Amino acid sequence: MAFQVPIATSRSSTGIPTSRLAVWWVLASEIVIFGGLIMSYLMFRLHHESWSYEAAKTDPWAGGFNTFVLLTSSLFVVLAHHAAENNDTKKSFRYIWYTIGGGGVFMMVKIYEYSSKIMHDYTMFKSVFWSFYYTATGLHGFHVLCGMVIMAIIAQDVKKGKNLHRVEAIGIYWHFVDVIWIFLFPLLYIAK
Amino acid sequence: MIEAYLERASTYAGDIDILFSGVFWIVAVWFVAAEGVLFYFCFRYRKQEGVAAKYVTGEEKSYKKFISVPHYLILVFDIFIIAGAILVWYNIKQRLPENPDLTVGIISQQWAWTFIHPGADGELHTADDIKTIDELHLMENTTYLYELESLDVLHSFSVPVFRLKQDAIPGRKIVGWFTPTKTGEWDIQCTEICGIGHGLMPARVHIRSAYDHEQWLEENTPAEAGQALAAASNP
Amino acid sequence: MSHAHKMSFWEKYVFSTDHKMIGLQYMFTGIAMAIIGGFFVYVFRMQLAFPGISVPGYGEVTPLAYNSLVTNHGTIMIFWFAMPVLIAAFGNILIPLMIGCDDMVFPRINRLSYQIFLLSALVLVASFFVPNGGFGGAWTAYPPLSAEAAYNATPLGAPMWLIAVALEFVAFLLGGINFITTMMNARAKGMTMYKIPIVLWLIVIASILFMLSVGPLIAGAVMLLFDQLLGTHFYNPGGGGDPLLWQHLFWFFGHPEVYVVLLPAMGIVADIMAVFARKKLFGYRTILYSVFATGILSFVVWAHHQFIAGIDPRMANLFTVTTLLISIPIAELCFVYIATLYGGSITFNTPMLWAISFMVEFLIGGVTGIFLGASGADIYFHDTYFVVAHFHYTFVPIAIIGFYAGITYWFPKIFGKMLDDKLGRIHFWGTIIPFNFIFIPLFVLGTAGQHRRIFNYEYFQDLALAEFYNLRVIATVSLLVMIAFQFVFVYNFVKSLRKKEKAPKNPWNANTLEWTADSPPPHGNWPELPVVYRGPYEYSHPDRESDWWPQHEPGPDPADPDYQSPSQNPQTT
Repeated sequence: MAFQVPIATSRSSTGIPTSRLAVWWVLASEIVIFGGLIMSYLMFRLHHESWSYEAAKTDPWAGGFNTFVLLTSSLFVVLAHHAAENNDTKKSFRYIWYTIGGGGVFMMVKIYEYSSKIMHDYTMFKSVFWSFYYTATGLHGFHVLCGMVIMAIIAQDVKKGKNLHRVEAIGIYWHFVDVIWIFLFPLLYIAK
Repeated sequence: MIEAYLERASTYAGDIDILFSGVFWIVAVWFVAAEGVLFYFCFRYRKQEGVAAKYVTGEEKSYKKFISVPHYLILVFDIFIIAGAILVWYNIKQRLPENPDLTVGIISQQWAWTFIHPGADGELHTADDIKTIDELHLMENTTYLYELESLDVLHSFSVPVFRLKQDAIPGRKIVGWFTPTKTGEWDIQCTEICGIGHGLMPARVHIRSAYDHEQWLEENTPAEAGQALAAASNP
Repeated sequence: MSHAHKMSFWEKYVFSTDHKMIGLQYMFTGIAMAIIGGFFVYVFRMQLAFPGISVPGYGEVTPLAYNSLVTNHGTIMIFWFAMPVLIAAFGNILIPLMIGCDDMVFPRINRLSYQIFLLSALVLVASFFVPNGGFGGAWTAYPPLSAEAAYNATPLGAPMWLIAVALEFVAFLLGGINFITTMMNARAKGMTMYKIPIVLWLIVIASILFMLSVGPLIAGAVMLLFDQLLGTHFYNPGGGGDPLLWQHLFWFFGHPEVYVVLLPAMGIVADIMAVFARKKLFGYRTILYSVFATGILSFVVWAHHQFIAGIDPRMANLFTVTTLLISIPIAELCFVYIATLYGGSITFNTPMLWAISFMVEFLIGGVTGIFLGASGADIYFHDTYFVVAHFHYTFVPIAIIGFYAGITYWFPKIFGKMLDDKLGRIHFWGTIIPFNFIFIPLFVLGTAGQHRRIFNYEYFQDLALAEFYNLRVIATVSLLVMIAFQFVFVYNFVKSLRKKEKAPKNPWNANTLEWTADSPPPHGNWPELPVVYRGPYEYSHPDRESDWWPQHEPGPDPADPDYQSPSQNPQTT
């Protein structure tokens, strides 16, 4: 099917590029999704003393390492954007894949964490704390995974020199995924 | 106005009726005024030959006041309604009477009400408690506390003649109060959808005078509990 | 050859990325769902008026079926009729046409949003046919009833209902992002903030409200789905959860949702009123600021749905104050609309009749809300038929009157033919009069203490009286009359579509840009995109001979502070 990009897409009445504007609105809707989840968690946490004992069972070292990995991958995506702005498609392509690699490491650690927790019988059904733990980190992990897939698609475009503005869009998204983790990490792993 | 359809059988039923009537008249004046102006404009400014429409932006000071004055008036009326609503609310829901006479237990489940009445000793959770299904027996002019619980899903305890309603939540005990003021027999409805039988859990409240209530207590006190009590009083 | 032809059919009607076609897809899907929702209300109103009868076309109503019917009637009418028709259909059709561009900024995301929406509708409809039928825990789906099959007896219906609702949210998030970005970025040259037609502002503000309020409920829906399917205990007090959490998440969305559907309808009414009264809107900015105020306040009123749900009673006081405060911007909006008629030259065509009746009926819905927002009175009125009548007096004007106002007004643009005005009036009176006869009896029943969602009132002695029985019959018979008159609309619709005579480009002499395109507009809307010179509501300007001044016509802008009237400065003529 022949699809022609409409004139509308290239307009910019506000002066902000349309893709950037759209990503910010996507993030606005995502923030309230995670916001609702985190608020629910906090309300429970404040009402249940026992949750701090359960939170002590999480693995802050794995979480801490993952924080480091995500922050590093965010740096890569900044570099990828920078390279894309300078039309250095090769460099941009490479940095996007470094970012995806960071996401991959994050997911590997996540799998290790989940399996070791499940081995020690801290499953999703053990208590509401663990339900929150798996739901919140799982939803976040799903976003990481989506980001990796989208980045792989964008990387192919970048290689051909197409749609370079999308590197910025995915970069903003990736930072957001990072920021969500910065909230989840202390709430689930550190606060005792 | 509510009393035209439904009797008042608790001390605070009248408060809610007055609040309703108060809000009703405030709102009615505004409503009639707004609809009146709307219909008048529709008639007065219908299309007529040779009459052009006015050009009014609504930003002019002389016109703006027609919006801003009612706007502030509404704020004033809102304050009256808020004050009335909070007063009534405070009395019914936020405070508990200092010297309640009796306490009844109300347990909701799919799809029946269990009411636990204190026996002759006037204390709940003792051996002579009287349990009934779908029947609440109360004494006139007696201040009751109720302890509302649910065994499964959300239910809601509603006695329209008392103008009382309270949701029951599994895992919690909710305490409230009421004082019946009239003898008779009325409906209790469940107000929170609770499954297939939601429409099939009607209960009745029976309010009796002190004398009749005593009779009812005597007739319904479980036999063993009665004997135990008798034994306790005649050593 | 035939293959190529077939492809073009699919391209044109099914996989189109054209905003108008997607809008129509939303509209017809919404109408189809409304017919299902309308059938449901017919079935359960028959049961309520004539308990135990075998309803023609359905059969006997069991308690399980009754719960499912009321639940899905509510769900469908709000999520699958009001939202797709008012926001998605009118938004899709109007936004690009009224801001003067050729399409949405992301046409393929737009198509995806419709496809997800269609999928959600199919999942919901499929849920009626699984064993034990569709979900029956009310559209609010309070756990633990909704969370456990042992309680709700619909092991498949409940999760399918939830998945359908969640998919629908995703569809509207995608659509909303498209709407907001399009209106922010794709406006025609010259269309500054205050030159955007009110209807677009309100659709976009509604999309923003939706986006910002639905998030917590999406998170909540994930948790509820886990409770249903995996057996977690987020909402199960037995397992350490809290059923009230869902209520907060639901109503944090649920109350703004009322404004999400209200605003587009009010926008449609504003545009129609200005055109048929030949008047500039009274206080364009006043409308915008009132809407902003309503939108912001709508986030802090949610607990008025939970006054008696077991929340801290002190919280009720706070929410009474915020709830009553929201009456101020809404009343202001109503005043502004009424004031727009002042000094007008009003023609009462079908669209204008619908627009005025919106105001008349919505006022009833608005003022009866005050009883429910006042915590003290809500103790009695909560979940009675008073509530049912109240929100139908808001939702029927919004969804049904708003839809008919919009479709009768934009019909010539969308379909390129004129609707029959006479049939339109018959349909109008045949809808409005029975509508009032349905819901005024319900106010009385509610005041008399009749509660909602009860499938047979014969079990309640105080409600099984002859006078109440008559009121229920009046409501049901009025409903049947109202449904019957909808066939007049269908007939008018089909008949007008088959007419040979084409509609003119601008039958109402309206100012906004969509009327400068062909009827119906082709793909791309205009051969050359228009430029805007002034606001959308410059009707009956004293310096003009004609009583309208289109947005696209080159010339001065009377709202410009430098504007000089030709009468004061004759050289400029």
